[in-house]
Amino acid sequence: MSTTADLVVGVLALQGDVREHLQALAACGVAARPVRRPTELDDVDALVIPGGESTTMSKLAVDTGVLEPIRSRIKAGMPGYGSCAGMIMLATEILDGRPDQQSFEGIEMAVRRNAFGRQVDSFEAPVTIAGVPGEPFHAVFIRAPWVERVGDAVQVLGTVADGPGAGRIVAVRQGNLLATAFHPELTGDLRVHRLFVEIARAAR
Amino acid sequence: MSEPTDTAPVTGTARVKRGMAEMVKGGVIMDVVTPDQAKIAEDAGAVAVMALERVPADIRAEGGVSRMSDPDMIDGIIAAVSIPVMAKARIGHFVEAQVLQAIGVDYIDESEVLTPADEAHHIDKWAFTVPFVCGATNLGEALRRIAEGAAMIRSKGEAGTGNVVEATRHMRQIRGGIRRLSTLDETELYAAAKELRAPYELVQEVARAGKLPVVLFTAGGVATPADAAMMMQLGAEGVFVGSGIFKSGDPAKRAAAIVQATTFHDDPDVIAKVSRGLGAAMVGINIATLPETERLANRGW
Repeated sequence: MSTTADLVVGVLALQGDVREHLQALAACGVAARPVRRPTELDDVDALVIPGGESTTMSKLAVDTGVLEPIRSRIKAGMPGYGSCAGMIMLATEILDGRPDQQSFEGIEMAVRRNAFGRQVDSFEAPVTIAGVPGEPFHAVFIRAPWVERVGDAVQVLGTVADGPGAGRIVAVRQGNLLATAFHPELTGDLRVHRLFVEIARAAR
Repeated sequence: MSEPTDTAPVTGTARVKRGMAEMVKGGVIMDVVTPDQAKIAEDAGAVAVMALERVPADIRAEGGVSRMSDPDMIDGIIAAVSIPVMAKARIGHFVEAQVLQAIGVDYIDESEVLTPADEAHHIDKWAFTVPFVCGATNLGEALRRIAEGAAMIRSKGEAGTGNVVEATRHMRQIRGGIRRLSTLDETELYAAAKELRAPYELVQEVARAGKLPVVLFTAGGVATPADAAMMMQLGAEGVFVGSGIFKSGDPAKRAAAIVQATTFHDDPDVIAKVSRGLGAAMVGINIATLPETERLANRGW
């Protein structure tokens, strides 16, 4: 184990690609652990909400009682990063969601579920992300959402360059919260996770 | 690379096909035969539904040739829910698969539950934009399906029996086979590939990674929250439930309970809590009394 692990980052482990986020965070040199219960949330400095099915995560977050504690931690400034379903879970407004769908209400934005289409429309494309140095990020979009509207406090970090979804917002930041419509955890490219770890370190 | 420009989006890649399966991990995929059932499944927290005309228990009871579902019926289910919709094609029936892709289903199950359409060849799954899940009883079968382009593997436990004994055997065989491979040296892997009747490169990849290159779910006979949790503890990354939900006394409650038991598969207190007051489970069939010819797991090769 690395002794430089000064930061503990949780990954919400109700459902989804939890392992991939845990591995990416560990590769960034932080202690990463799954969070399913309110008590486990107390032990982390920051939280990643993984890719998965947002309606399932919403229901399990309510059933397990972890919804309100995460909402209040986020309101109190806990750094958070959400990919795909995680982006939906961080939004203040969900479009094309279930009527009873809940979120952590962190980033002032309206996110449309499955906006790019069904699985046959899932795609890979390069995305230039502000704050991520080097080549454009090779982004993997799976039944992905996009951001339809953002509040004044939200910084747009990246949009789709080409194709049917050209110009759509797919990466945003508001304070200590970061969200992408795509899945850096599936690519082995750690730059987005490194950006999040920087945000989390600065917030301590 | 053949993209027209270097910023153009590319669809149907192995990464987006396998990635879709990564997103349903830790979740429950439920068989449904009507839009109402699909809604009950979504309400209960299913990560996806499998649209089919008859659940395996009824296919068993009624007999006859079992085929891809009516496109109108699948459309109805797609319209009813916002979660991914999967559908089944017969083993080897590439035109049923073409039709399902055209309808817009999110995943195709090339399934032994339907009557096979080809006795020697599975579908060439690389030829499709839509991803496929296939059943496997052991590691060799799983690797042959992956070589044909399957982007997700599930056990082939005896569907429609409400009996997990076969799924248990398949999960143990697949996981045990992977563990065995990781103890072999490079030379021994050639012989292992021959025994497994699988491509050497794939065998080598599994030996190095200690896992399949695609997501592994369990399927077949899951009827209770404890069944689902046991499969997860045996190394499944998620659960398909077929007849077990809508052939039980209180489908909505049982579905939600199986979802919770899958997430908290390592917590007996949660499993105990959600196992209470579920009403009658499906009656089930003792597989030892099933004649060989009625065993669905024997279909496919």
